[in-house]
Amino acid sequence: MSTATLEPRVRAPRNYLNADYGWKSWLFTVDHKRIALLYLVSISFFFIIGGSFAVLMRIHLVEPGGALVQPETYNKLFTLHGIVMIFFFLIPSIPAVLGNFLVPLMVGARDLAFPRVNLLSWYIYIVGGTFTLYSAIAGGVDTGWTFYTPYSSTYSNTQVTPVVIGVFITGFSSILTGLNFIVTIHKMRAPGLTWYRMPLFLWAMYATSIIMVLGTPVLAITLFLLGLEHLFHVGIFSPALGGDPLLFQHLFWFYSHPAVYIMILPAMGVVSEIIACFARKRIFGYKIVAFSSVAIAVLGFLVWGHHMFVTGQSVYAGLIFSLLSFLVAIPSAIKVFNWTSTLYKGSISYEAPMLYAMGFIGLFTMGGLTGLFLASLATDVHLNGTYFIVAHFHYIMVGGAVMGYLGGIHFWWPKISGRKYPNGWAALAAAIIFIGFNLTFFPQFILGYLGMPRRYAFYPAEFQVLNVMSSAGATVLGVGYLIPLVYLIWSMRYGPIAEPNPWGATGLEWKTPSPPPTENFAEIPVVTEEAYAYAPQEAAGD
Amino acid sequence: MRRRRPLVTNAEVQAPHAGLAHQFQDLEQQQEADALGIWVFLVTEIMFFGGLFAAYAIYRGLYFAAFQGGSHILDIRLGATNTIVLLGSSLTMALSVRSAQTGNRRALVLFLIATMILGGIFLGIKAVEYNQKFVEHIVPGLDWNPQSAVKTELSPGGLLHAELYFVFYFAMTGLHALHMIIGMGLLLWLVFRARKDSFSPHYFAPVEVVGLYWHFVDIVWIFLFPLLYLIGGRY
Amino acid sequence: MSQPIVPQRTYLLVFLSLAGLTILTTGVAFVDLGPFNTVAALAIAFSKMLLVILFFMGVRHSSGMVRIILIAGFFWLALLIAFTTADYRSRSWTAAPDSWSTTAPPTHP
Repeated sequence: MSTATLEPRVRAPRNYLNADYGWKSWLFTVDHKRIALLYLVSISFFFIIGGSFAVLMRIHLVEPGGALVQPETYNKLFTLHGIVMIFFFLIPSIPAVLGNFLVPLMVGARDLAFPRVNLLSWYIYIVGGTFTLYSAIAGGVDTGWTFYTPYSSTYSNTQVTPVVIGVFITGFSSILTGLNFIVTIHKMRAPGLTWYRMPLFLWAMYATSIIMVLGTPVLAITLFLLGLEHLFHVGIFSPALGGDPLLFQHLFWFYSHPAVYIMILPAMGVVSEIIACFARKRIFGYKIVAFSSVAIAVLGFLVWGHHMFVTGQSVYAGLIFSLLSFLVAIPSAIKVFNWTSTLYKGSISYEAPMLYAMGFIGLFTMGGLTGLFLASLATDVHLNGTYFIVAHFHYIMVGGAVMGYLGGIHFWWPKISGRKYPNGWAALAAAIIFIGFNLTFFPQFILGYLGMPRRYAFYPAEFQVLNVMSSAGATVLGVGYLIPLVYLIWSMRYGPIAEPNPWGATGLEWKTPSPPPTENFAEIPVVTEEAYAYAPQEAAGD
Repeated sequence: MRRRRPLVTNAEVQAPHAGLAHQFQDLEQQQEADALGIWVFLVTEIMFFGGLFAAYAIYRGLYFAAFQGGSHILDIRLGATNTIVLLGSSLTMALSVRSAQTGNRRALVLFLIATMILGGIFLGIKAVEYNQKFVEHIVPGLDWNPQSAVKTELSPGGLLHAELYFVFYFAMTGLHALHMIIGMGLLLWLVFRARKDSFSPHYFAPVEVVGLYWHFVDIVWIFLFPLLYLIGGRY
Repeated sequence: MSQPIVPQRTYLLVFLSLAGLTILTTGVAFVDLGPFNTVAALAIAFSKMLLVILFFMGVRHSSGMVRIILIAGFFWLALLIAFTTADYRSRSWTAAPDSWSTTAPPTHP
């Protein structure tokens, strides 16, 4: 563990952080690295908000009759937890923070293709977030993050309109980010950087951007129609007014299923980078992993009906969606095999990023496998609407995506901030998060299988032990999340100064100073080697 | 008497470096990126309107008689005229891009203004049609109370589902009109820039980008017209 | 975007074709073709769209990348419509369980 000494006061070289001072230089910046930090602060804020709702829910659920809030309030808690975590934390997280920071660096460019669009994207996100916060403060929403009609459009008298406007607006932030990445990756790669020499993180960003660009507009129009129905009492999705609620679900899930791949693909990209670096080996089956990312993006659009097996969809449509859902698991499994094969006979070291990456592989695999129970029509009838689903998607979203995000933050922190953090604390936090996470969510698999429904403010007394276990785990998890907040902020002032490539990793981003100058590269680099040209005995710089 | 054109346009004096944004290596990369950017954006618009078309298609399949009744209330002459007006605006838009390509500033400005005029006529006719709906009390959510001949026309398929048809009529044409209004704003911006001599045969990307957007909005109407106005024939 | 300069005449011809197709589709609406009215209307609309895309939007001279992007966009929309329609069309293939009510839905409160 490094001692916390103040570095001698040497004037730091000009970099993107000290290039200019003052709030205007941040709020009117077009530098992708500064915009990434704007996003970092914003999504951390929303993570705390969404996490607070979760804490309240878990406290409430320690008693079968509910310990904290009225059922109506409980409905608002799980709704807002979902909306905030999905739309304002998970979907932006890796793309908007790590993607914005790294994509230009990794392709060897000075910035994204459209820097002002990038800044606009952040502002759109903030406006959308403001509408959502308003709806939370003004009374909340109780429809579930899925906004199923006709409850959301006709019967709920909560703040549906502002939150729908908020999510609608934020969708455009996502679309513009994806558009920016697609154009940047196509058109701004440095000389010599062919598609098959790109780091897998870029392939993951590309695949994610395709989903963002093709899927999010459908969510936008769906929310637009929902808003129309809610405001004008016209019948689009409400049977009493002539519509079909299932049409809403089709349109909603056409986006929202691919959305989960927006959340997981970037994390997979991060994991590829981390595994290669900390096993000192090229990723096994580079092209397969790259194609799997694209395959997940494409196949992910064909499975949305598996959210509707029990809501009235035709059995035949259900059969097809079930089959396709099994198929979409294949590229994900391929990636897990490839990562594992990369580890085999690698020189593995266990710094914090690697701990997160390995945690990802295990937890994502569990989450993914439990998805197969849900993809199968017969078992889904039993498991749908229970805590099994809650556990399944939290294993993927938290055990997978959040671990990937934290791993990425820890891996690239020296590059982003120019400082190193104490590895001992980081490893401890990773362990606490891992333990807390499993303690929170594994009992929920059992609860779901035993029949405890989700979105209920109370439950039969025989489920209390498991619920208390889950709430205890949530406490541990919460502590685990707070620790990095402390030492990362601490490191910005007191951490040892980071050299350009503290991990000895490959990739163009590590060839710049830490932190990079505003223009990224003094001269645009020329790429001559493959993505993960790790020599077996290459020493990590320290 | 023709105004004497400057020998070199504003853009050419400043080019090639002033038109080049800092993140790009050269003008060609910038142009390719701009082109790719607008096409990707248009794909998002395809999915945006597409979701609406998908919902419409489902309901039309379920409630064909009601949709047919609703369609026959619409004024087919105004719809067809509007279609040709909008197609004409696409013609003038293409001609304005061509004028930018050939460096003909005067023609560029004139064709842009012509596009705006035709767009304005389209919106005007649309306003007339919307007003007619209010007169006939067939505006869902705001004034739905079909009477006499209108009611007779709508009843066979069921008034409830006829109301659904009109929800889609207003949602689809309204969203389309909103995109037109945005397009008019973009055209106005182009007129100002063109008059200030900002474009040249080497640099006219904004004109091209707005042109592509405008043509896309035209294509949406190319489908809206038969889908809304020509259901089931009027024999 | 270095595209060849298209003659004004070409644009004018395309417009006249588009106007003609509009008149055609309007005229066809007054003839009874049963379900083919819809088919004809959509076919004409597709042709008009192709004319606008190829000529007015310059895709005739554009790179393959642009065409792939456009095709992808339409293909994705087709996926949405196809799979959703498949659900609605196949619902009647299995009989609804007896327990499902067939009375009218509740009225708006």
